[in-house]
Amino acid sequence: MQKVYANADEALDGLLKEGMLIAAGGFGLCGIPELLIDAIVKSGVRNLTVASNNCGVDGFGLGKLLDTKQISKMMSSYVGENAEFMRQYLSGELELEFNPQGTLAERMRAGGAGIPGFYTKTGVGTQIAEGKEVKSFDGEDYILERGIFADLSIVKAWKADDTGNLVFRKTARNFNPPAAMCGRVCVAEVEEIVPRGSLDPDLIHLPGIYVHRIVQGQHEKRIEQRTTRKKETA
Amino acid sequence: MPWDRNQMAERAAQELEDGMYVNLGIGIPTLVANYVGDKDITLQSENGMLGMGPFPYEGEEDPDLINAGKQTITELSRTSYFDSAMSFGMIRGGKIAAAILGAMEVAENGDLANWMIPGKLVKGMGGAMDLVAGVGRVIVVMDHTNKAGESKLLKTCTLPLTGKGVVDRIITNLGVLDVVPGGLKIVETADGVTEDELRAATEATIVG
Repeated sequence: MQKVYANADEALDGLLKEGMLIAAGGFGLCGIPELLIDAIVKSGVRNLTVASNNCGVDGFGLGKLLDTKQISKMMSSYVGENAEFMRQYLSGELELEFNPQGTLAERMRAGGAGIPGFYTKTGVGTQIAEGKEVKSFDGEDYILERGIFADLSIVKAWKADDTGNLVFRKTARNFNPPAAMCGRVCVAEVEEIVPRGSLDPDLIHLPGIYVHRIVQGQHEKRIEQRTTRKKETA
Repeated sequence: MPWDRNQMAERAAQELEDGMYVNLGIGIPTLVANYVGDKDITLQSENGMLGMGPFPYEGEEDPDLINAGKQTITELSRTSYFDSAMSFGMIRGGKIAAAILGAMEVAENGDLANWMIPGKLVKGMGGAMDLVAGVGRVIVVMDHTNKAGESKLLKTCTLPLTGKGVVDRIITNLGVLDVVPGGLKIVETADGVTEDELRAATEATIVG
């Protein structure tokens, strides 16, 4: 069982196919698999459906795959940071399926847990409920949402050991664990790969059973909204 | 005088009680954190954090530590991190006591519209639909009227809904109203605003 790959291109070798469904971790630009996205751009694979909370910004993150027109459909909750996204969407080049953020996360988690559908009260009585089964439990209405079973998951973690156990850092965890779980194959990029035994088994956030390939690399980790406060001067 | 943004936030902070776990939306709701005083309030950020701290000092920004508005923030001694599925699990599961958020329209039956205007750029609902469906109490903070001077408190929402029958209380620049059977009930008016003025600015049915 050799999970460690030399670079992102090799880590994706043989996994990319036209028309596939990719689940990607990250929230905004925080905790996104930047290296794997770059490698997918390089591969030229097209007609991708990508399940990801956001779609990067112009020229960074998943925005790069929009620039090259490799994405044909997005499953997201918020896409407001991206002018090229809007252009392609309004011109009909890009399909968009809005998912409430918690529904998207749960659809991924459910897919990874072998659950093909679940009922939620999120979105009842809204556009989101259109065409979905409504079922009443104890007098309250819920809608049926489907689990997501992705062909490939791409995620970013802080540390991995060579068996694929992952540790995330602060709010960069976000969608990464559920995105990792729902893929038939999961490739994780990390800031550091450490030898097995050096991570505390009680503090593993995602067990290596969900992670098939790992690659270590340098991350830009761009900040979307830099907000600060002034130090009070004595 | 109608309340200004800060006074609306200050009034909204009175809704929070010691020990509550709360989610604050973007805009005026974010300002509510400035007015919680000595109350022990834990703020949730739905991208996976409980115990959200203030903005970092210049030079101490951490790209791995942002809020749901994608702004850099800090952690507190009580902070915990978790993934998005667990984050919305606690929202949907009713563990978050209250959400304070902005709105474009609220109807007298508690319907809320705050995520899209057809024909304009559509950015998405983010976590708003999950929040209003799941949390214990939904408090809307918004201006009473739109830029054209028309009531944002309506008999029926005209925009696509974020949630149906989800709003409990509305805090506007003119006062505080509760969603009750049959319409909205005036709880209080802003200093110097009369009940008649509030009624005149409101399209929704006011009961009581």
